[in-house]
Amino acid sequence: MRTLREIKKIYENKEANVKEVVESYLEKIKEWEPYINAFLHIPYEDIEKQIKELESKSPNLPLYGIPIAIKDNILTKNIKTTCASKILENFIPPYDATVVKRLKENGAIIIGKTNLDEFAMGSSCENSAFGPTKNPWDIERVPGGSSGGSAACVSAGEAPISLGSDTGGSIRLPASFTGVIGLKPTYGLVSRFGLVAFASSLDQIGPFGRTVEDIAITLQIIAGHDPMDSTSSPYEIPNYLEGLGKSVKNWRVGIPKELWYKGVSEEVLKTLENSFGVFKEMGVTIEEISLPSLEYALPVYYIISTSEASSNLARYDGVKYGYRDFTAEDLISMYKQTRGKGFGSEVKRRIILGTYALSAGYYDAYYLKATKVRRLIRIEFEEAFKKVDIIASPTSPVLPFKLGERISDPLQMYLTDIMTIPVNLAGIPAISMPAGFYNNLPVGIQFMSSFFTEDKLLQFAYAYQQFVDFSKKYPTLPNKERV
Amino acid sequence: MYKPVIGLEVHAQLSTKTKLFCSCSTEHENLPPNTNVCPICMGFPGVLPVVNKKAVEYAIKAGLALNCEISNYSKFDRKNYFYPDLPKGYQISQYDLPLCRNGYIDLYVDGEIKRVRIKRIHLEEDAGKLLHIGSGDRLSESDYSLVDFNRAGIPLIEIVTEPDINSPKEARLFLQELRLILRYLGISSGDMEKGSLRCDANISIQTEEGKFGTRTEIKNVNSFFSLEKALEYEIERQIEILKRGEEVIQETRHWDEKNQKTVSLRSKEEAEDYRYFPEPDLPPLMVTEEMKNKLKSEIPELPAKRRERYLALELSPVDVEILVSDKDLSDFFDKALRIYGNAKNLHSWLSVEILSYLNENKLEFKDLDIDSERFVKLIEMVDKNEITRPVAKEVLRRYLTKKEDPLVIIEREGLRVVSDTSYLQDIIKNVISNNSKAVEDWKKGKKQVINFLVGQVMKETRGRASLDVVKNLLEEELNKL
Amino acid sequence: MERRDFKEQLKKTAHLARLHLTPEEEELFTKQLQNILDYFKKLQELDTSNVEPMAHVLPLYNIWREDEVKESISQEEAFKNAPEIEDLGFKIPRIMKREE
Repeated sequence: MRTLREIKKIYENKEANVKEVVESYLEKIKEWEPYINAFLHIPYEDIEKQIKELESKSPNLPLYGIPIAIKDNILTKNIKTTCASKILENFIPPYDATVVKRLKENGAIIIGKTNLDEFAMGSSCENSAFGPTKNPWDIERVPGGSSGGSAACVSAGEAPISLGSDTGGSIRLPASFTGVIGLKPTYGLVSRFGLVAFASSLDQIGPFGRTVEDIAITLQIIAGHDPMDSTSSPYEIPNYLEGLGKSVKNWRVGIPKELWYKGVSEEVLKTLENSFGVFKEMGVTIEEISLPSLEYALPVYYIISTSEASSNLARYDGVKYGYRDFTAEDLISMYKQTRGKGFGSEVKRRIILGTYALSAGYYDAYYLKATKVRRLIRIEFEEAFKKVDIIASPTSPVLPFKLGERISDPLQMYLTDIMTIPVNLAGIPAISMPAGFYNNLPVGIQFMSSFFTEDKLLQFAYAYQQFVDFSKKYPTLPNKERV
Repeated sequence: MYKPVIGLEVHAQLSTKTKLFCSCSTEHENLPPNTNVCPICMGFPGVLPVVNKKAVEYAIKAGLALNCEISNYSKFDRKNYFYPDLPKGYQISQYDLPLCRNGYIDLYVDGEIKRVRIKRIHLEEDAGKLLHIGSGDRLSESDYSLVDFNRAGIPLIEIVTEPDINSPKEARLFLQELRLILRYLGISSGDMEKGSLRCDANISIQTEEGKFGTRTEIKNVNSFFSLEKALEYEIERQIEILKRGEEVIQETRHWDEKNQKTVSLRSKEEAEDYRYFPEPDLPPLMVTEEMKNKLKSEIPELPAKRRERYLALELSPVDVEILVSDKDLSDFFDKALRIYGNAKNLHSWLSVEILSYLNENKLEFKDLDIDSERFVKLIEMVDKNEITRPVAKEVLRRYLTKKEDPLVIIEREGLRVVSDTSYLQDIIKNVISNNSKAVEDWKKGKKQVINFLVGQVMKETRGRASLDVVKNLLEEELNKL
Repeated sequence: MERRDFKEQLKKTAHLARLHLTPEEEELFTKQLQNILDYFKKLQELDTSNVEPMAHVLPLYNIWREDEVKESISQEEAFKNAPEIEDLGFKIPRIMKREE
């Protein structure tokens, strides 16, 4: 239960070796997993191999001996990667995702693959084929989704940092629900090679951590151009640690009225009130702004993301890898049975929605229209960032809800992402910071900034954390009787 | 009036070293299945495409050579459908913004120029191959199939014509000319038998001007010959239907090579709905003027231009076609022409001596290692009566087979023309005394026997003597008898 | 659209997506997706006649690689996850339905 800086100090002072540090986290995992189910698998053998390989490497590597948990839709060579789906239940990737490669090269130890909504489709982590992850702050509640496992494991102290993926809020929402920090970088900053695609024009990998510094250290390693990803940014990346601790005095913070009042629960608003006092102390100015097109963000998002998903998920056909239904006698039945049984309900619902939005006769009204409105949303953000440096909003309109509470009404579930979705549509970066607690349930605040200004965003978040710091606040292990 | 209206859709594999979106080799002939594959071309989870620059350049070159407008802005789209040879469940192709549009090819059909317009050229990836296992060789008779992804991801250009073609012969000529241009550009092997050039044909019958008939699409034509045959069959079939007052059904038909007819493919349950949308994994393409100019400068002289130039040299159309249809031969001709002025003579040497050698040995010109200067030198020696034509032929053969320098052979073996008359007269005297029967015949007035005697003399001189000289000397000797 | 018509549309779409749905799923999805699509109608309020569609967030162009062969994966790795292999090919059931 330490920050990266603290772990580094342990190694420098030779208080413990890598094996011992990793084991201390495995110990935590053993304690917490029966309650929260954050991990789908712990590759014990591979961990030993990784520790051994590290012996020949320099202890000065930025992530030397740092355990990290990886969302199970990010490919890890020779470590099972399932996307929490029956259709990939036994899939062993033949290659490492670029981010995983970079983490390993920089000394990190992959300690486990974390649970998610199947193929990252969901806001509660209940859509996993292998059982839901639960919120460490209240195991009757969801941790948020889709990167629920990656958020919960950092929240419970099972790992100091983790990676998730964010298509419409899948990093920020669970970060908010579990009281940790989660960053969604600018689209294209982090390579998507080896991230199982959900919606290619929206997906982005990002880190979870407990301090802004840990987020910055991790981002520094995973960001930057990858020749294997044509959409990855070719631009030089700045040093994300340099700005941390510098003043943000007189920065302008935009408060979009569309995201603060309508549809946001009393509990969330009340908990976030205190942030306005913090802004004052940080010396920033507050400006109310308006982003009128955000009203349309939800349909735009669900049309574009499901359209792309319907195509991205066509490769799971029982031919080359993954689950196949062997009862079918001909090809078309094999396809239909394999996909019908291999995918869970929410995935099927979205594939159908996306197939419908792209099909002849509906394309113009749905897909094409959505991509046009997407441009309007992006333009509004661009205009807004001419006036302000940071835009702030709640991360979630509601508190972490109870398991089963929203699962039967997809539209209600989709509305959970209303605060986070516009960011993905525009492509800009955003971070969710723990801002307070309501009845011992975490509430997050979201900060957004302009394209490729993660350095500024982190500088701002760092300044905020100097006033609102929950990095040492951990949930307590539930009583056994409650399970 | 029954006028055939034909449009072609041609797929040509580009001869790049690597596949369109991954760095796997494009080699796929005679390889064990699934050996030239990687997670990208097999559509594994998490993979992303990165486009091969050379493939884009080749497609643009094709567009430039086919007189197309090159789009400044172009993009890739996904064509979504399920088939086991399509690893991702979609093909990366180009839909509404292809790289090239609005071009044409001018053909010579029976001495007239026929223009066939090109609607578009776009870049896309090839699919894998299926092997059907079972009792028969037809799909419906197979028990199961095996998928091989070696071919999956090889770059293709699809060239779509306007329906400007009006006969099977025109269709064949178009396809041949197209292949020739692609070969001149060096961007495709154009081998139909190996499937690197594939052609589907749309055909309908027009009964009155301005009114289009219902069209059928013919697939599975694997040679120029079968394209012509398939279209002839289909035209006749459609005209028969119309004559009976019935209607042609819009459908896809398969060319059955064995039975030489087109057969209806089982009608589909529903119309295909490919759900095209912009490929989010690939940023668009911007073709700059600079890029276009650079590629333009790399385009060699094309067949049409070459034909014009050769016709101006007063070569016959047939002779011109012999040269133009083989770029390597034609390039050699041009090289030799630079140091040897007589085009007709040069052509005759090439077509008689070289092409017959190639035919006998089933070789192509590009397989030869022949130096234009040595070749021209040899012809010039014949022109100047320094060696005889038979000697030149003989030496040339040895040059082609054993790579021996012809000039070295000539000098080493003393093959220059023998002009020493006394030497020749000695041989002639010998021949006359050794062939008394022939000499008798000659005396009896069978004057043509002289050719036999000339042959005998030539044999003795190993072909080194001038025929005319030998003949004159021989006649002189015979007349003395 | 009438619910019955929409259900037919849904079945067609499921076929296009090669998804087998149970009758219960068909019933449930019909209801749920019709609700969602109704909500999506909101988009039609906006006038987008002068707006270009946006497929890519970043203004990138001509991102490509050189034509150089790089090592592929081994055949063993290609097959490691395959449901069924025969003679180095991925085995699939018969493509045509057996005729009655």
